[in-house]
Amino acid sequence: MSSIESQPFNLALVGTPNSGKTSLFNALTGSRQKVANYPGVTVERKAGVFTTPGGRTVSILDLPGTYSLRGRSPDEEITRDVVLGRRSGEVVPDLVLCVADTTNLRLTFRLMLELKATGRPLMLVLNMYDIAMRRGVTVDLEKLSERLGIPVVTSIAVRKGGTVDLLKRTDEFAAQIGTAPVTSGWRPLTTAELRALQREADQIITDCVSLPARPHTLTAKVDSVVLHPVAGLAILFLILFVMFQAVFTWAQPLMELISGGFEALGDFVRATLPEGLLQSFLQNGVISGVGSVIVFLPQIIIIFLFILLLEDFGYMARAAFLMDRIMGGAGLHGRAFIPLLSSFACAIPGIMSTRVIDNRRDRLTTILIAPLMTCSARIPVYTLIISAFIPAKQVFGWINLQGLVMFGLYTAGITSALAVSALIKFFMWRDYEPAPFMLELPDYKLPRLKSVAIGIYIRAKMFLQRAGTTIFSMMVLIWFLASFPRPPAGATGPAIDYSLASIIGHAIEPVLAPLGFNWQIAVALIPGMAAREVAVAALGTVYAIEGGKEAAEQIGQVLTTKWSLATALSLLAWFVFAPQCASTLAVIKRETGSWRWMGVTFIYMFALAYVASLITYNVAVAFGAG
Amino acid sequence: MTSNLHHNGHQPILLGNARRGYRGVVQAIDSQRVASALQPVELESRLIELGFVEGAKVEVLHEGIIGRDPIAVRVDNITIAVRRREAMAVVLM
Repeated sequence: MSSIESQPFNLALVGTPNSGKTSLFNALTGSRQKVANYPGVTVERKAGVFTTPGGRTVSILDLPGTYSLRGRSPDEEITRDVVLGRRSGEVVPDLVLCVADTTNLRLTFRLMLELKATGRPLMLVLNMYDIAMRRGVTVDLEKLSERLGIPVVTSIAVRKGGTVDLLKRTDEFAAQIGTAPVTSGWRPLTTAELRALQREADQIITDCVSLPARPHTLTAKVDSVVLHPVAGLAILFLILFVMFQAVFTWAQPLMELISGGFEALGDFVRATLPEGLLQSFLQNGVISGVGSVIVFLPQIIIIFLFILLLEDFGYMARAAFLMDRIMGGAGLHGRAFIPLLSSFACAIPGIMSTRVIDNRRDRLTTILIAPLMTCSARIPVYTLIISAFIPAKQVFGWINLQGLVMFGLYTAGITSALAVSALIKFFMWRDYEPAPFMLELPDYKLPRLKSVAIGIYIRAKMFLQRAGTTIFSMMVLIWFLASFPRPPAGATGPAIDYSLASIIGHAIEPVLAPLGFNWQIAVALIPGMAAREVAVAALGTVYAIEGGKEAAEQIGQVLTTKWSLATALSLLAWFVFAPQCASTLAVIKRETGSWRWMGVTFIYMFALAYVASLITYNVAVAFGAG
Repeated sequence: MTSNLHHNGHQPILLGNARRGYRGVVQAIDSQRVASALQPVELESRLIELGFVEGAKVEVLHEGIIGRDPIAVRVDNITIAVRRREAMAVVLM
């Protein structure tokens, strides 16, 4: 076959949530996928490319999961508009693949009938066909195809070769397709029509599919423990405990390896290049800047490993079920649990994943409080200050004081997030009834390594791109601010005293002085706006350039000589609340589609940070820690 | 339990009031008087889309820890989590 077309063939995947759509997408495209946002909205756009055995280039779009074309949320509107060819900037799909979980056909069949009525070229993919066969489901494929009037293929997305049939039929379909796209008609269905469609779907299932006599019992058995009011919550907290242990202990050796590597690279540059601007730029600006960000990669990978595994296993919906009323007390939706949990790694994926919440106000509340969750970028700031100022002694005989302070900082973040949410509910949306919590609890499935690996790869890539662009350029900026203008010839003081950084730092110092912050902190907080962890590197840069090489290596020791305990505690309080992350603010702007909510977030977090630091500093001074 | 619906013979029960272990068959969806954030038509549509159609067999499998809410309901061969407030729209026999 040599029918290589110049125009790619456009596929769109449509299906209900939990239909295995994403694993099919991963199986077809592998790592050849691109994750971005649809312009103007907050919905993740997943596109990929693959080549069929027939040599045809196929571009494929994984559309957000939906139960109908009504478009009850921005995600579902995207699905509808792309299918109907109404979304500007998206090509009209040449073929819509309706993906169904073969073990659970009812809801997908109703969706498929709705899709069929639009007149779009349609193919039904019976996914997870192996699991269905094992459970005793048999499908009369020919009869089903005849009955529906569309091609029907089976697939096992998670197995090698499981998509052969699908690829073959896509090739066949693409070869015979007409050029003129069909204009499609669609209008929202009335409840009577919905019922009629469901009846029709049920009738088709009765005629073409034979279901096993006994239902899947393993899920029921697991759920009897996992969804138990008491045992279920205990298991949830155990999982969270293991997850955070993993994030902080498993990642440690890797993080040390990475930071060691960058340190060695910096030393190599210092030894190789002659002393001067270029050496300083590469070592203090580039290498230490990029290194201080990449060091978080192991933690991000581990947290996404857990989130993706729990998601694929089918546990995330259960976690939402268990947490719904508990979160509801603070005015949050059960589904907000997952985004808020992700925010412990980084608020950016957390805020991006709020799109699982379909009510706008619930979603906004979650977005506004997500940055208060202690993200991994705060960890270097916390650990630096804690290890420098808090003695590693035991309290009550067995609790490590440093660990206790760390725990306290996490608790402060969570408590304030819940309090802010309750306040938002009370003051802003008092008249508002909570949005309904309605979702499917899918059968448990064993996660597949390949799919999880691709998911982690995509997210790691997004993080590194961010590290490589925003944070890197901010690091170069701070190095520039701290290095220019150069001190005049014959100057006696440290070089940084003559720099722009010093000018800016001194200018904002009076505002921050009541919090116990000196001008070096004020300088570090400016590039710290790019990302919190940059503040550590910036402090290092500020003190390193001031005090020479030794200061950079022993920054913690330097800080103990330069700061009082009250200043250190005040800075910790600052970092619990401060909106010190330009990327998060940018994501909030993008996700909410308005500068207003970004502004609200910035102002409320800034106010909280200022007040918290002011109180912390003055209380600490009153206790003699000044 | 007080129901807005009065029938002769069998007293219908609302899914929102059903306790763990209750089994029944969906008799009707009546979203008019339900205190949900959703409009009645929207709530009815969503319930249908999740399989709550007349004749579907339901069983209350699990209850949440606070106020026995939300509930996990077996609807034919799938499991749906729903708050009791919205489940009030599902009339069972």
